Amino acid sequence: MLKFLAMGGYARYVWPCYVLTAAVVGLNIRWALRSLHSARAAARRRIAAVRAAS
Amino acid sequence: MSEQRVGFAAAAAALIARDLRLALRRSGDTLQPLGFFLVVTALFPLALDPQLSLLRDIAPAALWVGALLSSLLALDLLFREDAQDGTLEQLALCGLPFQGLLLAKTAVHWLLTGLPLVLIAPLAATALGAPYEAMPGILAAVLLGTLALSLIGAVGAGLTMSLKRNGSLLALLVLPLAAPVLIFGARATALAIAGEPLAAPLYLLAAFTVLSATLAPWALAAAVRIGLE
Amino acid sequence: MAWVWFHRFGSPPHFYRLATRLTPWFAWPAALLCLAGLIGGLVLAPPDYQQGDGFRIIYVHAPAAWLSLMVYVVMATSAAVGLIWRMTVAYAVSASCAVIGASFTALALATGMLWGRPMWGTYWEWDPRLTSELLLLFLYLGYLGLRNSIDDVGRADRASAVLAIVGVVNVPIIHYSVIWWNSLHQAPSVMKFGRPTMPAAMLVPLLLMLAGFTAYFVALLLIRARGELLRRERNAHWTAEAAGATATG
Repeated sequence: MLKFLAMGGYARYVWPCYVLTAAVVGLNIRWALRSLHSARAAARRRIAAVRAAS
Repeated sequence: MSEQRVGFAAAAAALIARDLRLALRRSGDTLQPLGFFLVVTALFPLALDPQLSLLRDIAPAALWVGALLSSLLALDLLFREDAQDGTLEQLALCGLPFQGLLLAKTAVHWLLTGLPLVLIAPLAATALGAPYEAMPGILAAVLLGTLALSLIGAVGAGLTMSLKRNGSLLALLVLPLAAPVLIFGARATALAIAGEPLAAPLYLLAAFTVLSATLAPWALAAAVRIGLE
Repeated sequence: MAWVWFHRFGSPPHFYRLATRLTPWFAWPAALLCLAGLIGGLVLAPPDYQQGDGFRIIYVHAPAAWLSLMVYVVMATSAAVGLIWRMTVAYAVSASCAVIGASFTALALATGMLWGRPMWGTYWEWDPRLTSELLLLFLYLGYLGLRNSIDDVGRADRASAVLAIVGVVNVPIIHYSVIWWNSLHQAPSVMKFGRPTMPAAMLVPLLLMLAGFTAYFVALLLIRARGELLRRERNAHWTAEAAGATATG
């Protein structure tokens, strides 16, 4: 296990790459969901306002 | 007034003459890019050892970075005022080929920023230690390069003409697209200074300029029409 | 008749429903493919005879670089479709691409630099791939900048579409001019991707990762495009149903 983590001496370079990738992949999921949710919330508010006015 | 048909060539010539007159009336603004180019190229030696051999090495970089930046200076105003006072709208509706008319305005940008650069480039190159024999090559490269820069820059100017705050956006849009001009132009200049055959980068630069000249008018017309909405 | 699918695909409510239904069909395969690729790449693949275990960076670097280019092409293609057919769905797809593409371009640059350190002895080398990745990042930043400075969504869509098309024509030119420039100034770089001699134990995990990242991108795109579509179809009736506003009012 330790040998695997050491990456033949390249751990300093290999693992940061994977951590960065995980961060970008995770953040993109978060941003996409947040963008969808904010659009849906805005649409809901607009519909509610229209219904209240009519 | 009876209906009078104006041919495209006459209209384009009139447009170029009008823009040039307007520019001459504000000759201070018009000369700024040229002064900027000279200052930038003159500052490079100050930041280095003024040894002729070293200057010769950085001369292509200084010339082309200066050319790129100075062509940006006048770009922001290329369409902005004509968009605000409705001139562009008239041009779009007058029934003549819109791409052609915008190309005429781009030609004015080149006449005011590109051509002076072509004329002054030998002087700047001499100051940076380029030998006399290198001048034809440098002139050809700067001529082709500034044409491409005006064409690419015009597309960026069209995209940003109606934005209130554009700050450095225009530079961010245009400079990456101009990277090939920088690469081929600087390479041709370096070969000219070294006294080696420079046909390869010059042909590549010419090809890029021709491609820009064929594609930029369409993108430019689309960009300006969107900006006018 | 042959164009029915095109018109149905272009209809926002239909696309919205389709995107909602398709998202898990891309998200789960993406997760499985990446998991398999990671196990294959980090555990099963043998160390490279030259680069030792350092080569394992390829399993995240190459997919990021692949996405950075593919996303730009998708962005420009859908922008062109939007401009030509005035199709809202295409604009929504195009607008969804930029942030994803820019972040993966930055990732490709960062992992390329981390790979460069042990291989070249320096984080930054003016290697043609890294240089054109950098210029690609600038193109994305310009696109995002233009989009952000136009308030009206419709105009932002059309203006950025023109920019994306101009950019996609330039991407290969920039790439090859950078390669040409680089070949004059230094010897070919040490880093070689996708060698034809790559053994299957190394190549298969790479292909799995590439497929996984592509599926992941499609899933992200479908999620984002739904949000963008809702922003563009403010007054359409179908948004009420899609936004989950039940008939309570």
